[in-house]
Amino acid sequence: MSAPVVEARGLGKVFGTGEAETEALRGIDLEIAEGDFVSLIGPSGCGKSTLLRLIGDLVSPTTGTLVVNGKEPRQSRLDRDYGIVFQSATLLDWRSVQKNVELPLEIMDFPDAERPTRAREMLDLVQLAGFADHHPWQLSGGMQQRVAIARALAFRPALLLMDEPFGALDEMTREAMQQEVLRVWGETGTSVVFVTHSIPEAVFLSTRVVVMSPRPGRISDEIMVDLPPKRDLDTREDPRYFELVIEVREALRRGESGSSGS
Amino acid sequence: MGGANRRVARAGISILAVIVVFVLLWEGYKLIWTAMGWENPVRPDDRTMPHTWDIFLALFQPAQRNGPPFILVELRAALMTLREAFVGFLIGGAVGFGLGVLFVRSTISERAFMPYVVASQTVPIIAIAPMVVVWGGRANLPQWLSVSLIAAYLTFFPVAINTLRGLRSPHPTSMELMRSYASTPSEVLWKLQVPAAMPYIFTALKVSAAASVIGAIVGELPAGLRGGLGRDLLQFSQQFTAAPEKLFAAVLIAGLAGIAFVGLITALEHRWIGANRRLAA
Ligand SMILES: Nc1ncnc2c1ncn2[C@@H]1O[C@H](COP(=O)(O)OP(=O)(O)O)[C@@H](O)[C@H]1O
Ligand SMILES: [Mg+2]
Repeated sequence: MSAPVVEARGLGKVFGTGEAETEALRGIDLEIAEGDFVSLIGPSGCGKSTLLRLIGDLVSPTTGTLVVNGKEPRQSRLDRDYGIVFQSATLLDWRSVQKNVELPLEIMDFPDAERPTRAREMLDLVQLAGFADHHPWQLSGGMQQRVAIARALAFRPALLLMDEPFGALDEMTREAMQQEVLRVWGETGTSVVFVTHSIPEAVFLSTRVVVMSPRPGRISDEIMVDLPPKRDLDTREDPRYFELVIEVREALRRGESGSSGS
Repeated sequence: MGGANRRVARAGISILAVIVVFVLLWEGYKLIWTAMGWENPVRPDDRTMPHTWDIFLALFQPAQRNGPPFILVELRAALMTLREAFVGFLIGGAVGFGLGVLFVRSTISERAFMPYVVASQTVPIIAIAPMVVVWGGRANLPQWLSVSLIAAYLTFFPVAINTLRGLRSPHPTSMELMRSYASTPSEVLWKLQVPAAMPYIFTALKVSAAASVIGAIVGELPAGLRGGLGRDLLQFSQQFTAAPEKLFAAVLIAGLAGIAFVGLITALEHRWIGANRRLAA
């Protein structure tokens, strides 16, 4: 195995000072290997988004060390090592779908001739080839999120960060998107950190589920998902899948009631 | 484009409707007030409120004995005033946009200068205008440019305020997205903030277009500039008792000049929205 994509040691984050101080994360130890699909799960406010944003250098840690792709998080961001997808697609309304996917390529100075080809490849990957000339507001929520995924992958980052990307979608669309993201993950070999508060989603997608507990946010459990690598409709009916769902649920409950972790 | 034609037709019909309603109200007021012998708030006699058709006819009478018709003279005056207004609009728009960008880039500069920007608008234009004319004269600026600067003074403010609001309008996650790409501040500005600000900026430009015409008309007075609407409006108001319909006719043309300018900006706005929200073929 090569060096880990993410390596956190004693990572902590405190927002604000004095009265308004919030300790969002404390003592986070986490290692994510190349090709991993890691889900962060936990109750709202336990610091999942904060951990993701620390990895992406969108906020800076208060304590501890964090290495992303073998570098300081800031250097990793400047090297455009990761792509990010938020809960809302955050597409630019005045750009066509294709131009939205080209946005990071423009900023990263990809050659003019290469940008459209790449964007179309990515749209193929998320099965939106026919919608290149549409505008975001002409697409459904699920399609918009697929465009956001295409955009995040367009520059072939080693790491994909996703913050509750399917949180706003209905159940049917959500399951289709999960299948989609697994296919993309399989085809690109990108490592994924995936924030969710859905237990079945975490189990279905991940190679490992990281369970977090609140006040302050800590990692209370890590559960290896030993399901066959190929996940499909049958997976959702696999007895082992149900066992793992129960395991994660119990870990979450322990995390919420228990004072300390292990 | 059928859509554009229909829009123009609809605008024409609504302008016509407004005129008809206005004429009916005006003449109705005269009729009723005369019949009842009322004199308040405005006396209904022909000296105070000339008939609408007299105002209309005044447009086509010679402005001076044996001269060209009034409407031609005043349209030429309107054109001159519009030119000053337009230059002022461009200067004010550029300054306003620049201030918006400066303020969004630096909170310190916003805190330092914004109070003065706001305060500048509480100083009446009739106090500013003579100063600009004097300073412009000392600096050997052509008179019309001084007038344009006065128009710019009314123009920059709405543009600055709305540009700032528009540049701040993108959602924080969009800003984080740009940060995740390690984009430079100017990439954030031109690829995210300015396009997002365009609807706000267009709203400001429409307000500013109208304001710049007012600025130019007012500015022509202390500048003593002849041939524009400002001087004529002043002159006709002094001759009001002798020929009231002339003032009303000139006001009509000044109003039309403002509407034309705002209409031009609206057309540009529709083009921009059309170009950026074009449906897929
Ligand atoms: N920018 C911020 N400023 C202050 N507090 C914050 C900020 N971001 C998050 N927090 C706080 O940190 C805690 C964890 O938030 P978050 O990471 O968003 O949780 P989650 O994503 O698990 O719901 C919450 O108490 C939240 O209020
Ligand atoms: Mg969150």
